[in-house]
Amino acid sequence: MIRIKGVKKSFGDLKVLNNINLEIPQSNVSAIIGPSGAGKSTLIRAVNALEDIDSGEIIVDGVSVHDKKTNINKIRTEIGFVFQSFNLYPFLTALENVTIASINVKKTDKAEAIERGRELLSSLGLEDKFHSYPSKLSGGQQQRVAIARALAMDPKVMLFDEPTSALDPEMIKEVLDAIRKLAKSGMTMMVVTHEMGFAKEMCDQIVFMADGSIIEVAPPKTFFTNPVSPRAQDFLSKVLNH
Amino acid sequence: MYQADWSVIPQNIGLLLDGVLLTLQISALALIISIPVGVILGLCRISKNKILSLLATAYIEFIRGVPLLVLLFWIFFVLGKFLQLGPYWSAVLGLAAFSGAFVAEIIRAGIESIPRGQMEAARSSGMTYFQAMRLIILPQAFRKMLPPLASQFIILIKDSSLVSVISVTDLTLVAKNLIVTSFRSLEVWTAVAILYFIITFTLSQIIRIFERKFKLRE
Repeated sequence: MIRIKGVKKSFGDLKVLNNINLEIPQSNVSAIIGPSGAGKSTLIRAVNALEDIDSGEIIVDGVSVHDKKTNINKIRTEIGFVFQSFNLYPFLTALENVTIASINVKKTDKAEAIERGRELLSSLGLEDKFHSYPSKLSGGQQQRVAIARALAMDPKVMLFDEPTSALDPEMIKEVLDAIRKLAKSGMTMMVVTHEMGFAKEMCDQIVFMADGSIIEVAPPKTFFTNPVSPRAQDFLSKVLNH
Repeated sequence: MYQADWSVIPQNIGLLLDGVLLTLQISALALIISIPVGVILGLCRISKNKILSLLATAYIEFIRGVPLLVLLFWIFFVLGKFLQLGPYWSAVLGLAAFSGAFVAEIIRAGIESIPRGQMEAARSSGMTYFQAMRLIILPQAFRKMLPPLASQFIILIKDSSLVSVISVTDLTLVAKNLIVTSFRSLEVWTAVAILYFIITFTLSQIIRIFERKFKLRE
C-alpha cells in the first residue's frame, strides 16, 4: 500500500533521510520509533508530500506522490493525516471541522457529509460535542475530532505524527483507543510514536530509525525482546528502564 | 476681539452634509476597491513566485514612498487625462491605490499570523492552495485584520480631505468654498473638524461592536 524507495533528503549538510526503503502492505500497522532527530516526522510528512524529498520515490496506492505529474490534491484525499498539535480549525465547530473538506473537496452532498460527520464523531465518543468549538474541547477530544476529520475523506491510508505527544497523560488512552479501533478495522497505518506499549501491542511491524536511517524493521515481539542492532538495544534500554 | 457668528453653519448645513456624504462615498468606494487590491497584492507578496512577490513589493514600497497629495495630482493630471477619469473617479482611484498598499501589508501580516499547521491540515485533506486560503486561512486572518483594517479606513476618511485639491466637492472643499463667500473661517473649520470627528468616532464604535461579535464565537 505504501512503498518508499531510496528516499533521500537533506537540510544543507544534515542528512535527515538517508536512503530510506520501506514497504507497508495493505492493512498493516507500522510504528515508527526512534530517538528525536531521527527523521521520523520528516519521513511520515514526506508520505503525503507535506515535506519535499531530494531523491527516491514514495508510492501510495499505486500513485507516485512526489512525481510532478501527480495530482497531489487527489492523492492526499486518500491519505489521512493526524498531527501532533491537532491543527483543528479554531473558527469552526467540531462537526464543521470534520465536514469542510468532504463538502468542498470531494463535493459530497452537504446533508450526507453532515450525516457521516455525526457518525464518525459519535463512533469516537464525541456525540455531545458536534457544535463545540475546539477551544472548548480537551486535548484528547480535539485529537479525536482531528482523527474524525481525517477519516471523513474515507482515506485508504492513515498517517499519525506523534498523535499523543501533546496530550496530558490521562488523555493518551482515549486517543490510543481510537487508533486501536481503527487498526482493528483493517486500516493501513503509519504511526510515529513514543508509546512503546502501544507499539508493542498494536503494531504489525516496528520501524526503528536513528540519524536519518532505518536501522531495524521487525515484528514487535522480536524487536522488543531481541533487538539486533546496538543502536536499538541502547534506545530500548533507555526508554523501557526509567 | 473677533465676534463669532455661528449662524453660518445652520444656514449652510445642507451644503456641509452634501460634503459629508461625498466624503463618505469616496472613502467607502476607495475602501471597497482597496480590499480586493490589497488581498491580491498581499497574496502576491507572500507568494513563492519571485516575480509576483517582487512586483507586489515594488508597488507597495513605491506607493508608501509617494505623498498622497502627489499621487492624487498624478492620477488626476496624468492617468486621468489618458483614461478620461474626471475628478471623482481620479479621487476614488487615487485613494484606493494608496490605501491598497497599506491594506496589502495588513493582509500579509494577518495571513502570516496564522500558524503553519492550519495550512498543512487543510492541504493534507486535499484542498488546493486557494481553497485552503479561502476556506481556512483568510476567515481566520480577517478576524485578526479587522482592527488594523478599521484604523486604515479611518485614516482613509481623513486622508480623503486631500481630494479637495482636485476639485472634488468633499467636506473640505465645501468648507473652503463656504469661507470664500462668508469669511467665517473660525466657525466653518471648527464645524468641519467636529463633523470629521463625528464620522470617524461613530465608525470606530461600530467596528468595536463587530470585533466583540467576532470574539464571542470560537
